[in-house]
Amino acid sequence: MAGFDKIVASYEEAMAGLENGMTVLAGGFGLCGIPENLIAEIQRKGTSGLTVVSNNCGVDGFGLGLLLEKKQISKMISSYVGENALFEKQLLNGELEVELTPQGTLAEKMRAGGAGIPAFYTATGVGTPVAEGKEVKVFNGREYLLEEAIVGDFAIVKGWKADRYGNVIYRHTAQNFNPLAATAGKITVVEVEEIVEVGELDPAHIHTPGIYVNRVVLGTFEKRIEQRTVKPTE
Amino acid sequence: MALTREQMAQRVAQELQDGFYVNLGIGIPTLVANYVPDNMEVMLQSENGLLGMGEFPTEETIDADMINAGKQTVTAAKGASIFSSAESFAMIRGGHVDLTVLGAFEVDVHGNIASWMIPNKLIKGMGGAMDLVAGAENIIVTMTHASKSGESKLLADCSLPLTGKGCIKKVLTDLAWLEIENGAFILKERAPGVSVEEIIEKTQGKLIVPEHVPEMVFD
Repeated sequence: MAGFDKIVASYEEAMAGLENGMTVLAGGFGLCGIPENLIAEIQRKGTSGLTVVSNNCGVDGFGLGLLLEKKQISKMISSYVGENALFEKQLLNGELEVELTPQGTLAEKMRAGGAGIPAFYTATGVGTPVAEGKEVKVFNGREYLLEEAIVGDFAIVKGWKADRYGNVIYRHTAQNFNPLAATAGKITVVEVEEIVEVGELDPAHIHTPGIYVNRVVLGTFEKRIEQRTVKPTE
Repeated sequence: MALTREQMAQRVAQELQDGFYVNLGIGIPTLVANYVPDNMEVMLQSENGLLGMGEFPTEETIDADMINAGKQTVTAAKGASIFSSAESFAMIRGGHVDLTVLGAFEVDVHGNIASWMIPNKLIKGMGGAMDLVAGAENIIVTMTHASKSGESKLLADCSLPLTGKGCIKKVLTDLAWLEIENGAFILKERAPGVSVEEIIEKTQGKLIVPEHVPEMVFD
């Protein structure tokens, strides 16, 4: 009996059931806190026609950039893209569709999706190209846009530590979109650096409670740095 | 003389107040952090999910899991907190950030700002800029007064797609400090040695010039 045991033994098992045309929510900001091995597994599987919801789209040869190589992504929903040449090429060719979404709206779309709220109003984007085709409503004399929530068939998440119940904590700013994506996947898969015993994580410090998590897999991570900045040593 | 980038950062820093939570955009705004007065406590918010951004790390302390919204490796200052992107934008949209400083391509007399998209050029995205301008009460835009070819960036109406509508009240350019009120730019201060005539010439939108326009003062 598995009970609450969410641990799977392999990346293959972690991404089992992912099919062509599905929507995948991915945590991460730039290359920080991205589920790098789960992305690599999607590349290995070759699943295509994916809609990927992620703040960014990786770089050439790493992160979500890997999925561009075999043209596995048909649509990206992101706030900032174009750190990689392949993305630009596929966008200009019309092979890739992109829906640019303000970062805070993107985060809230995932949060709302996971929380069972189908849509929300925000002042972000009023009077801009983002407002096109969206309902505008006035509250207290100010205009707000109606933005719809996002849910995914899969959510792929990078955690720091998890227990077998699927309780997760994130490390530093590698948290970013990860806990939001975790709530909004029909199947939420978390890859972590360390699996700890149940009871080892302080219950008050858990970022993602296990109720949101379906599968946990243990990985090793490259953790590539996009903008290496250091202060001069005296 | 037009202000240097460092002088622009210094002038913005004069607007800081003790106890302010501040979000600094990429470019000149980032430099403002170098001019926080010693006798003042200011906490920097980075929209990827960090309140209390510290200095850059050393080669020994660099950590791929510790970055700012510009994706640069940073440290957390003493008393910092780290949270999700939804929490971060709740702070921003909810009006909890005291001052936001960001760059722009154009600003107009209605307080509109265009900063993210030039049609027919590659569009990379707005990132958090639309949330920042929609959420903040107190925003300072920093930019050059005119383009390299001499075209004004202070307009009657923005020509580029907007980042936000009616949200800008303060602009610092390399030539002047201006405020936006009732459909006009008001010239508040000029850069040392820059004439009112030059500012008038390089401002396309309606400009109100008070009788006395003081020069900016730097320490």
